[in-house]
Amino acid sequence: MSLLEVSDLRVSFRTADGEVQAVRGVSFDLEPGRTLGIVGESGSGKSVCTQTLLGLTTGAKVTGSARFEGEDLLTMTEDELCSVRGARIAAIFQDPLSSLHPLYRVGWQIVEMIQAHEPVSRAVARRRAIDLLGSVGIPHPAQRIDDYPHQFSGGMRQRALIAMALALEPKLVIADEPTTALDATVQAQILDLLLRLQQEHGMALIMITHDLGVIAGLADEVMVMYAGRAAERADRRGLYYRAHHPYTNGLLESIPASSGAGARLRPIPGQPPSLIRLPSGCAFHPRCAFAMDRCRTEQPELAVVEESPRHTSACWLPPDLLGTNEQVKEDRRAASAAGRGGVVEEGAA
Amino acid sequence: MLRFLLRRLLSGVLVLWLISVFTFGLFFVAPGDVPRLICGRLCTQTQINLITKQLGLDQPILTQYWHFLDRLFHGDLGYSYYNSESVNTLIGQALPVTISLAIGAAVLWLVGGVSIGVISAVKPRSLLDRAGTILALIGLSMPSFLIGILLLYFLFFLLTTHGMDWFPPSGYVPITSDPVEWAHHLVMPWCALAFITAATYIRLTRNQMLEVLGEDYIRTARSKGISRRRVTIRHALRAALTPVVTQFGIDLATLLGGAIVTEQIFGLPGLGRLAVTSVVRQDQPVVIATVLLAAVFIVLANIVVDLLYAVLDPRVRLT
Ligand SMILES: Nc1ncnc2c1ncn2[C@@H]1O[C@H](COP(=O)(O)OP(=O)(O)OP(=O)(O)O)[C@@H](O)[C@H]1O
Ligand SMILES: [Mg+2]
Repeated sequence: MSLLEVSDLRVSFRTADGEVQAVRGVSFDLEPGRTLGIVGESGSGKSVCTQTLLGLTTGAKVTGSARFEGEDLLTMTEDELCSVRGARIAAIFQDPLSSLHPLYRVGWQIVEMIQAHEPVSRAVARRRAIDLLGSVGIPHPAQRIDDYPHQFSGGMRQRALIAMALALEPKLVIADEPTTALDATVQAQILDLLLRLQQEHGMALIMITHDLGVIAGLADEVMVMYAGRAAERADRRGLYYRAHHPYTNGLLESIPASSGAGARLRPIPGQPPSLIRLPSGCAFHPRCAFAMDRCRTEQPELAVVEESPRHTSACWLPPDLLGTNEQVKEDRRAASAAGRGGVVEEGAA
Repeated sequence: MLRFLLRRLLSGVLVLWLISVFTFGLFFVAPGDVPRLICGRLCTQTQINLITKQLGLDQPILTQYWHFLDRLFHGDLGYSYYNSESVNTLIGQALPVTISLAIGAAVLWLVGGVSIGVISAVKPRSLLDRAGTILALIGLSMPSFLIGILLLYFLFFLLTTHGMDWFPPSGYVPITSDPVEWAHHLVMPWCALAFITAATYIRLTRNQMLEVLGEDYIRTARSKGISRRRVTIRHALRAALTPVVTQFGIDLATLLGGAIVTEQIFGLPGLGRLAVTSVVRQDQPVVIATVLLAAVFIVLANIVVDLLYAVLDPRVRLT
């Protein structure tokens, strides 16, 4: 049985300008101990999608289901959710500088988390917190535990947050761009740490990022998101070498060659669409170099492009055009030209 | 820390000195013939001269000021021009009244204002939030004498005419002689004062809470699996409270200097009333004493608030 099975998750917010459709039908599943990477430009719904699982998106309209160990997270009461949060699913957020409460000592904040879920004494919880801080690589944890967050560097704060997330040995950790706010060397250390801890504890990981380099290093599977939907899903190799969706290929090509896969994305030309007034058909078609007539009117669903391993893409281009070599690009252009302008006979190819 | 205290105390003393000079000077600039005021219209010139001499008003202003300072440093604020009571005694009588009024009202408005503010912020745009906002608007826009008079009318007048004299209309009973009567007499003034002041606290708390609730660390707290209540109080309110505490310190100190309007309406013989009567009668020693005392409260409150700030927020360093 999968650890987490999300199906047709939809999340929208009512705002003064209209309904923001942040997530529009996302499905994925995750096996115990595996890592799912979620990539996409800013505003594509990565954070909303995962925070909804923990019931952290207040005021949102949510439909679909998210079964975690067989129970639907989306229909849980607040009390039931509280027993899941932290203990069975833990989260690490983007900005370590602002994610710890500035007025409480770091140790207090970890102890609070332990005591919220386990009937242990303060002293025991505190000893565990010290051990945890040590295991995430904070020097002299017995002394640093009584520091306030502002006395920690950014990297140390993220380590403390990771220690907190692991305090109760959760089955799943959601890391939402855990390294974006940190500088490059610290980024690498934090990622190493996460990977090592994941292997030690055998937990599943959802890693959200802008950075394809991060995914390359640690994800088993990758989901590319665009405007609240999954554009493509593949295992790591499939995504890097045999990407199907023009958006995924755009992301891959926008990595500057000189700095390799570790660089941040240089965005694809054009702006992400408004989530209030979405484009018709495929949301990506206004920015797509291969847009066909059909893309303007019909929204593609995820469909298998490669049988093994399972690799799906939501794009109307022929399923066998994978990767980015010159021949494939040529074929794509031809396919898109055929699908454009004139009357296209169904099944003419 | 020590340097901070020293610096703040020194500048506080400087402020107090300037205020004393200013208040003192005002009496010589403002028109008004004190000896004639004291003596009445039928006084002869000899009587007036005598009074002038007795009060020391014939001496040059600098000499008078010097005498004032000299007495002040010996803990003596002089004597009222009108009755031979010492100013120390007058203040000693009025201060407990004002303190009783201020502290009771402060507790009410702090507890009331902060809780309504928190409830409003937790459920924005709910019925409760709207009620709180309207309450705050009324409190902010209603002059304090009006709410006092309304309370008097409804709680005292209406109830009394219907044979239920639950609340005394005015007066003060010292807590030392009868604590129950003390509170009984103060209930209405407390409510009046708390009502108008609470409005500020509702708005301040609500705005602070709304801001804090959007912070990343609140999301972290929620993701830890602690109860919503604990997130609201231990995490959000704790962070939202710092500016509220600052405001509270200053407001309380201002009130300790005398709640002029409330004391007038409810006939409480506190510092505010003492100040008003002595200003009207140009009773210079009493005026200066009340003004200086009010200033001392404000100066001290500012120092205490800054100290508290450092206690409440570990990021603040006192320099
Ligand atoms: N509470 C909310 N009310 C209204 N709109 C919201 C709310 N929360 C998120 N959104 C919108 O939902 C969309 C998706 O946001 P989300 O934070 O999931 O993006 P993201 O993919 O995580 O981007 P980033 O990489 O910048 O973190 C955005 O357009 C955002 O403006
Ligand atoms: Mg995000």
